[in-house]
Amino acid sequence: MRFLSELWANRRNVGALWWRGLGELGLPRDRFHSLPGWQQRAAKVALGGAVAFLVSVVVNTLERFFGQGASGSIVTFDRSAYIAFAVVALLLIPEWKALPVLPLKLVIPGALLVGGVAGLVTGLATDNTRNGVIASVGTVLALAAPPWLAGGAHEHVPLPARRMPVGRKVVPLAALALAITFPYYAPHMFTIPVFGAFPSVETAVYMLVFIMMAVGLNVVVGYAGLLDLGYVAFYAMGAYTAAWFASLQFPQTKIHFGAIGIDPNLEGIHITPWLLFALAGVLTAIIGVIIGLPTLRLRGDYLAIVTLGFGEIMPQVARNGNDLGGFNLTGGPQGITPIDAPGFGNHLAKWTDGFLPSNYLTTGSANAFYWTALLILLFTIFCSIRLRDSRLGRAWVAIREDEVAASAMGVPLMRTKTWAYACGAFFGGIAGAYFAAYKSSTFPQDFFFNISVFILCMVILGGMGNIWGVILGAAFLAYLNQEGLANTGAWLNQHFSTNIDVPEYSGGIYGVIIVVIMLLRPQGLIPSARRKRELELGTHDEPAYDVAH
Amino acid sequence: MATQTADEALPKFRRSYRPAPLQALSVAFVAILAVWLIGNLVTEPSHWVYLLLQGLTYGMVYALIALGYSLVYGILELINFAHGDVFMLGAMMTTTLVGAFGLGVHGSVLVWILPMLIIVAVFTGALNTFIEVVAYRPLRGAPRLAPLITAIGISFILQTVGLVWKGPAPVSIRDNILPSGQIFRIGDGNFAWNQLIVFIVTLPTLVLLVWLVQKTKQGKAMRAVAQDKDAAAIMGIDVNRTISFTFLIAGLLAGFAGVIYALFVTNVQFDTGFRLGLFAFTAAVLGGIGNLPGAVLGALCIGLIEQFNNGLTWHTPGTDWTNTIIFAILILILVFRPEGLLGERTPEGG
Repeated sequence: MRFLSELWANRRNVGALWWRGLGELGLPRDRFHSLPGWQQRAAKVALGGAVAFLVSVVVNTLERFFGQGASGSIVTFDRSAYIAFAVVALLLIPEWKALPVLPLKLVIPGALLVGGVAGLVTGLATDNTRNGVIASVGTVLALAAPPWLAGGAHEHVPLPARRMPVGRKVVPLAALALAITFPYYAPHMFTIPVFGAFPSVETAVYMLVFIMMAVGLNVVVGYAGLLDLGYVAFYAMGAYTAAWFASLQFPQTKIHFGAIGIDPNLEGIHITPWLLFALAGVLTAIIGVIIGLPTLRLRGDYLAIVTLGFGEIMPQVARNGNDLGGFNLTGGPQGITPIDAPGFGNHLAKWTDGFLPSNYLTTGSANAFYWTALLILLFTIFCSIRLRDSRLGRAWVAIREDEVAASAMGVPLMRTKTWAYACGAFFGGIAGAYFAAYKSSTFPQDFFFNISVFILCMVILGGMGNIWGVILGAAFLAYLNQEGLANTGAWLNQHFSTNIDVPEYSGGIYGVIIVVIMLLRPQGLIPSARRKRELELGTHDEPAYDVAH
Repeated sequence: MATQTADEALPKFRRSYRPAPLQALSVAFVAILAVWLIGNLVTEPSHWVYLLLQGLTYGMVYALIALGYSLVYGILELINFAHGDVFMLGAMMTTTLVGAFGLGVHGSVLVWILPMLIIVAVFTGALNTFIEVVAYRPLRGAPRLAPLITAIGISFILQTVGLVWKGPAPVSIRDNILPSGQIFRIGDGNFAWNQLIVFIVTLPTLVLLVWLVQKTKQGKAMRAVAQDKDAAAIMGIDVNRTISFTFLIAGLLAGFAGVIYALFVTNVQFDTGFRLGLFAFTAAVLGGIGNLPGAVLGALCIGLIEQFNNGLTWHTPGTDWTNTIIFAILILILVFRPEGLLGERTPEGG
């Protein structure tokens, strides 16, 4: 204790010593701060890892001397713990130069918080409490030590005042870390009051697919301001693409391409699902363009109705498509099932020791589906953000705000709108194909109008145009639809001895959400600043193309 | 991207531009339709006539709903998605009243039909006005899509109300509540009393509506508000009250349609309103949205298309494809002739 208090009192000297030491190594302080962010972060992770290693040595030593029957080396190298720690630390730890300007009374609780999360995640990920403790201590020290030490040399280098990028980096990265490790901790999690069990991995896949679709619809509705009431048509198109090209649907032919784990003598078309996801996206985008070209010159409310018409026609075609002049295209009400599962084949599976499963459906858990869905979702989000900030994205916003002005400023209306449609359709198609592969089936009743409204409700709830809001709204509503409503109903019936089948009334619940949001908070839960301003000040949304007036 | 030709950048205001191939296509389409109709007439003439009468009867019911869409669109430029569901609740109410009045057991429908029309119409009219005041009025200044999205939400809420009220199964009433004796007969085609009653209720309603919009002061106010809200307000017209009044009228029409539909079809389900609402909206668009005679014409067309497609046998897609055909018509009309058959108008044209 005394040692610690003396250390504290002399921290400036310790800090000076530290920086001088670094300077002797050829890395003086100001030079360190001029390093790129990732190098600083890597240095920090190395420091954290070193500290964690020391802590583990100390813990092992203590165990050896005081524990019962402990033996073996005091240096235990638990690889998985260090890998997990490095991943978590890289994601969680902000750039070093952001920290020294913060007062210590902020840094230390912050470090404790981040360290706690890192420890929790690492511990759960490796299913080992000690790893968690080590990672936690390592992270805390790595975070708290530099600013503490920096006290010694503060006056030498005035650092640019820079706020920690909490909203832009820390929160998304922490969310990503939580999402990646989800299958590890989900089974151990608490039960949410009223809503029931913590979402299972199966539910999480469902949620991810619907988040993908909501992000896709957000491009059309949120960015470009085109109300699409038939988004489910794109979803159906993607699903049936996957179903046609990776199943026994067309026994007349026998085409195999890269399909791993499928008997080469099996009839039907079997193309590897990996290719199909991309193909489904492209095909659906083409369908989007075909639908869009004649309809996009209509004004907003007519466009909504036309898309609704397509959304209504699609499931009926799917249902009646088992006898199109005697040709069975869609399997009719029975749908198409089974659909080939994605996988990496035995060779890769063996080589990676099962990390890449040979067949997703036979692994016995939804984990592989979950991580792949997460990967596709990240791709979707990345594209969506890049699109939003691109020239095209700015053109969408311009059209949304004032079509006449945008066209006067040289924005080509039709081309820009068609691109919005194609992009939205692309994501919807990928999501549909992936979902079909996950369920290994596709049925016409998956594509009714209420699904379109369900996805629209996600976008509206979260905040049109704001991708994080949309993700949040979609995750919440998809969970509600898959598990939450049934659990809530059970809870209600149990506590108030009623007998209500809550999921049956889901349409009404989404209706209430839509109306309440539109009336009370039209910008959504997490509004995009720009959208909010539009809703307050109003837009000039008279269409440039208006046939009838 | 940097250099766009002026041609691309400027919207082309081509009001009635129609390329020649398109014209040829539409002529071909009409020709095929005519051949199909005549072919069926030759194969089974009596059934054809029966379907014609049946189609006109259904068309009259759709006309009442379509007028509600047209009225509201004319004044607010809002597609009132919830309208079909207001109609559905009216029909649900009718099934309840049929039980309450003991119709078909001891009461006579001809005695009770007038009170029933009044009760249901008051109910749906009040409901529609309430929806307008609560859900659409606060969004008067909002972007155009905001009330449309709200209307979809309201539609889902009303469907759920119907679901909670009557359950998921179709609600049926006795199917001979309306007298079904034949009045006249063309071959096999029976024109029965129940069809006549549909016309007896709907035709005077349509005449009354035209009179209301054309001749009364309130109708004049509606037309004024439809034309220019600001100017109407300057002239001393209470815009909000006029809009509410329009919703009231639309609700009354939906109520009439609900009573007639429930008694004539004898079968209502919680999602009937959504499907028929879309049919009626298609009818309104087909005739030219905002155009009241157009809505009636469009509704008759839709009724005929539905009945012919469901009933005919010679080269007919059949019931499975009815929705697809009607929505395809909706899409084609909106894409190629958004002003409809008779031209889009606000009620100022009547």
